[in-house]
Amino acid sequence: MDRRDFLKRAAAAGAGAIGAPAMNSSAQGQEQPPADAETLTVDRTGSDFMVDVLKSLGFDYICANPGSSFRGIHESVINYGGNERPELITCCHEESSVAIGHGYAKVEGRPLGVFAHGTVGLQHAAMAIYNAWCDRVPVYVMLGNQLDATMRRPGAEWAHSVQDAASMVRDYTKWDDTPMSLAHFAESAVRAYKIALTPPMAPVVLVLNAEMQEQPLGSSAKIPIPKLAVPAPPQGDSAAVAEVARLLVNAEHPVIVADRLARTPAAIRHLIELAELLQAGVIDQGGRMNFPTRHPLNLSQARGIADADVILGLELSDFWGVINTFRDQLNRGSRPITKKGTRLISITSGDLYMRANYQDFQRFTEVDLAVAADGEATLPALVEAVKRLVTADRKRAFESRGAKLREASAAALERARLDASYAWDASPVSTARLCAEVWGQIKNEDWTLVNGTGGWARRLWDFDKAYQWIGGSGGAGVGYGAPAAVGAALAHKRHGRLAVNIQTDGDLMYAPGVLWTAAHHRIPLLSVMHNNRAYHQELMHVQKMCNRHSRGIDRGRIGSELVDPPIDFAKIAQGLGVHAEGPITDPKELGPAIARAVQVVKKGEPALVDVVCQPR
Amino acid sequence: MKQAFLVVAFASVSVFAQAPVPVQPAAAPPGEAGKGKTLFVKNGCYQCHNYEGQGGAAGARIAPTPPPFRGFVDYVRSPRGDMPPYAAKVMSEQDLADVYAYLRSRPRPPAVATIPLLK
Repeated sequence: MDRRDFLKRAAAAGAGAIGAPAMNSSAQGQEQPPADAETLTVDRTGSDFMVDVLKSLGFDYICANPGSSFRGIHESVINYGGNERPELITCCHEESSVAIGHGYAKVEGRPLGVFAHGTVGLQHAAMAIYNAWCDRVPVYVMLGNQLDATMRRPGAEWAHSVQDAASMVRDYTKWDDTPMSLAHFAESAVRAYKIALTPPMAPVVLVLNAEMQEQPLGSSAKIPIPKLAVPAPPQGDSAAVAEVARLLVNAEHPVIVADRLARTPAAIRHLIELAELLQAGVIDQGGRMNFPTRHPLNLSQARGIADADVILGLELSDFWGVINTFRDQLNRGSRPITKKGTRLISITSGDLYMRANYQDFQRFTEVDLAVAADGEATLPALVEAVKRLVTADRKRAFESRGAKLREASAAALERARLDASYAWDASPVSTARLCAEVWGQIKNEDWTLVNGTGGWARRLWDFDKAYQWIGGSGGAGVGYGAPAAVGAALAHKRHGRLAVNIQTDGDLMYAPGVLWTAAHHRIPLLSVMHNNRAYHQELMHVQKMCNRHSRGIDRGRIGSELVDPPIDFAKIAQGLGVHAEGPITDPKELGPAIARAVQVVKKGEPALVDVVCQPR
Repeated sequence: MKQAFLVVAFASVSVFAQAPVPVQPAAAPPGEAGKGKTLFVKNGCYQCHNYEGQGGAAGARIAPTPPPFRGFVDYVRSPRGDMPPYAAKVMSEQDLADVYAYLRSRPRPPAVATIPLLK
């Protein structure tokens, strides 16, 4: 008799006994199982095999807030699997679990695993999954669920069971499955991994039936685990690439705009080569670390869209927003920034896959040439195509153009320094001063900025390595920053890098328990609070409404400010086991406090410095 | 929304354009800087321009050298960018004169060359 039959019989026996509810049977004393009952504790279970599969896929970590619907695989990870590759990371919220996976994947280039309840856990995780979807990042989510109603324990397990667990997030995941056997699980687990890592990357979901996790595997089981072969990303059509090269070489003012381009360090090298060949300006929108901030052709601050006669967009999340302004005032409207006749070229894997319901695909852009392909994979061919077309005449023109761009880039850096000097000694501390003070303490370390607004840091800091920036949340879902920073720091830990997080106050308040996760797992991470004591972007929207109605804005802060009482983030962090100082309001105290925190982080622990800042 | 703010801020900038010629501030009506600071905060000017008027991700630098007073008032009443308009019943001409005095009272920054962290 298998476990299923045993439980059915036991339930029937319980229901038939003096009409007592089954859930009270334990109160009636120790029941004796039928003589032919199977012992449930077995040497190996289905979840042991699932761990074999996860190990074959190379998962280093599983993030989870514990849940009974995946107790089987939880136990298999820590005992059968030895809690090594994968190691369980204890999380205090499923949103944190997924966002840790989001940050981790952008550093490592591959996912970690997430366990969650198929119901309440996934409901918590949903926003973080949506962020990862919008950011085109692979997160590998495994949901516990009990499909067989007759196997459910009375009470919470019913509330935690669902017919189609993945349906809630199906609009913003790339693929999901509910395997019905272990062999099915093995195939779907490998398939899910492969799909998640094929550009455009995205989260995937597997539903792990609780019954299948806990059933005996049997000593003679020889279930094959399929071999993983992640597909090579699609490269652009050769004729289209040749046409892109022709347009770029013949352009007077080509501008390259990159957003979620770089999947690997190779992308930066290829983009530098392309820009230098053409002496074309590059605008790095910061979805990934695409181009060194102080490269003389970096126009991210100087811009140059208005001058462009050809714009090459590489993995842009919003091409329309690059070439248009949008005014959200008494009159709502837009106008193009580009001059008439500017040719627009798009290379993006976003053209290969799109869903309908959630609208993260942005406004439609009338491009002249659309190459549906992975930007990074296409760059080498584009570089070679450009090389073939460059003549001596064009090269001279390129050099003249490059000289002007170098001047513009240098001027932009000087302008950034001048801008940063204003309100230098102000209290609350200016955002520029905050970033300059952090830079002063980390610039001689092997540093990486794993979260932050990016604005001032990217203006003032010298970013030149692929791992020094990973972009933002993707879906602008607040609550991403702190857990993604912890996930990225977890990935950087093995490389000995100093991970820095410029952490906003509103974001941290979503799930501050992630600081405990960092402390518990000894994840070195320097968090410097940009604490402006408000959900400031939303405050500005409310201000707009106040102004629109000419009602004055003195009440506009209601509902957006985080004051009265002001939040003491140092005390929160200390209570969660993290070294912390603050709140700091005097900018002169900031450098020494950051220096002390850096020393803690270099010893392998997280640290936090709370800084009361100006709004933006 | 952050993206929209940024787009507006950089929309008309050309790397090949000539630098703008600085304009001397015109005489402004008398204003009280202390009162202006209160109004600057109460009316949310700091949200984009920050407390010292130094500017930031969402708003231009307007201190310690704001544009000429008449242009300043006209812009506040009818902004061209993403800034919300302030009607006279929300901020009077005198309120704006006080804010203007506050902006002009802000200290000039130290020279960049004297700030080691900015080198």
